[in-house]
Amino acid sequence: MLKVEKLTSAYGRIKVLHDISLDMGQNEIVAIVGSNGAGKTTLLRALSGVQPVLSGRIMFDGKEIQSVPAHLRVARGLVQSPEGRQIFGPLSVEDNLRLGAFRRARENVEQGLAQVYAMFPILAEKRALAAQGLSGGQQQMLAIGRALMAEPKLLLLDEPSLGLSPLLVDQILAAVVDLRNRGMAILLVEQNASAALAIADRGYVLETGNVVHSGEAQALLSDPKVKEAYLGL
Amino acid sequence: MSEFLQLLLSGLTVGAVYALVALGFTLIYNASDVINFAQGDFVMIGGMATVFLMAAGLPLPLAALLAVLAAVVVGLLLHRLAIEPARGASPVTLIMITIGASIFIRGVAQIVFDKQFHTLPAFSGSDPINIGGAAILPQSLWVLAGAFLLFAGLYFFLSRTLTGKALVATAANRLAARLVGINVTVMLAMAFGLSAAMGALAGILVAPITLTRYDIGTLFALKGFAAAMVGGMGSPQGALVGGLLIGILESFGAGYISSAYKDAVAFLAILLVLFVMPRGLFGSRSVERV
Repeated sequence: MLKVEKLTSAYGRIKVLHDISLDMGQNEIVAIVGSNGAGKTTLLRALSGVQPVLSGRIMFDGKEIQSVPAHLRVARGLVQSPEGRQIFGPLSVEDNLRLGAFRRARENVEQGLAQVYAMFPILAEKRALAAQGLSGGQQQMLAIGRALMAEPKLLLLDEPSLGLSPLLVDQILAAVVDLRNRGMAILLVEQNASAALAIADRGYVLETGNVVHSGEAQALLSDPKVKEAYLGL
Repeated sequence: MSEFLQLLLSGLTVGAVYALVALGFTLIYNASDVINFAQGDFVMIGGMATVFLMAAGLPLPLAALLAVLAAVVVGLLLHRLAIEPARGASPVTLIMITIGASIFIRGVAQIVFDKQFHTLPAFSGSDPINIGGAAILPQSLWVLAGAFLLFAGLYFFLSRTLTGKALVATAANRLAARLVGINVTVMLAMAFGLSAAMGALAGILVAPITLTRYDIGTLFALKGFAAAMVGGMGSPQGALVGGLLIGILESFGAGYISSAYKDAVAFLAILLVLFVMPRGLFGSRSVERV
């Protein structure tokens, strides 16, 4: 599904990703954990094509995509729900969702809307409201729902639990597992490493732009070094 | 009373044109944060190209259509050749680029057209219509109706079509727009094309009243900019209200004080608004949730 080889990226002259390599298969939740500034968000942005890549290869669905522009990556099924609730504030909740399906066949849009509303009923209730009027948690649901509207094969989820109540975090992580069970691949970036690894199949630990550990999620969870550094145990 | 009505009507007419120019500023500003000072030159291209195409024997509707297309092409080229290569530059740099582009367009217009004043025949006669003691030219009605239709059409496009909403989305959050698969470069080009078309149409509608020449764009750009600032840069309603307000103030200033101060009125209005409400009448207080 996704294979990243020696990916390097920089902001100006400061390198933030050093030779990152990772791979993931279909029906897999892969968690990327690491502290603030480790390069997790930059990695997802590079995968989506909104952050320039200096060198390295990104293979998606068997094809090289590192020079494919961002909007066409979405069309191929590589879709991101960005960090920090990047919603379209002045547009209605429903318009936000419909724009999520910008690259999708028109006839599938209504069905997609129904699925998102079933997953997050509060969004259906507030469908006509301007998105900037939603609470933080609702905006987060909207960002995830909007990404799902694009019918991703691979969903990049950046900090989906940020600022949410524990109840909502559980609800969103359960939804992620459900999506995996329905055949979607999910690359999950989380500060909350223990929650992410608990639902993930495999994980990568990022530190200052380098992959320092990787392996089965359960093994990482019980690795003393990972425990100490990232799980706060 | 009839003098008041007369000044009001002529103010509304010229204000409608300023409103269209301001709307062009707004569209481009929203989509790209660029304040496009070549906006007035689209007004000039609309009027001048129609004059010369009619002189070449084309009927008015066809000449007007081709003139609008010419302005759209210039708008797209402006985006492709001047704005797009400077992507990521600071807003001040981009503004200077548009001022340079405006000077360039005026220079080319001097060669392609000429340096004389021109006028278009009024679309439907020039016998004034009497309204409550004030005389209004039929062409003024064309201007007002045209401006209304353009505003209504743009409102429909932005609020009812997916492409229009994609343009609003690009203005609201460019990163998110790219992440849902919107081609942001195409959206910016579309904003330039639409703005050019609106400016050109304004130029064609108003040419029978105000005369046109290769360099009229500068004043239209300044007045339209004043209108956009008064209304609140970035707000379409603000562009409409700001444009009409500047037009009416200018007309009253010329009628009741002295026509020598006509052009000063617009700039006094900007200063006043910037002192009293720096975001303009309809400017958004940018609300950010944290």
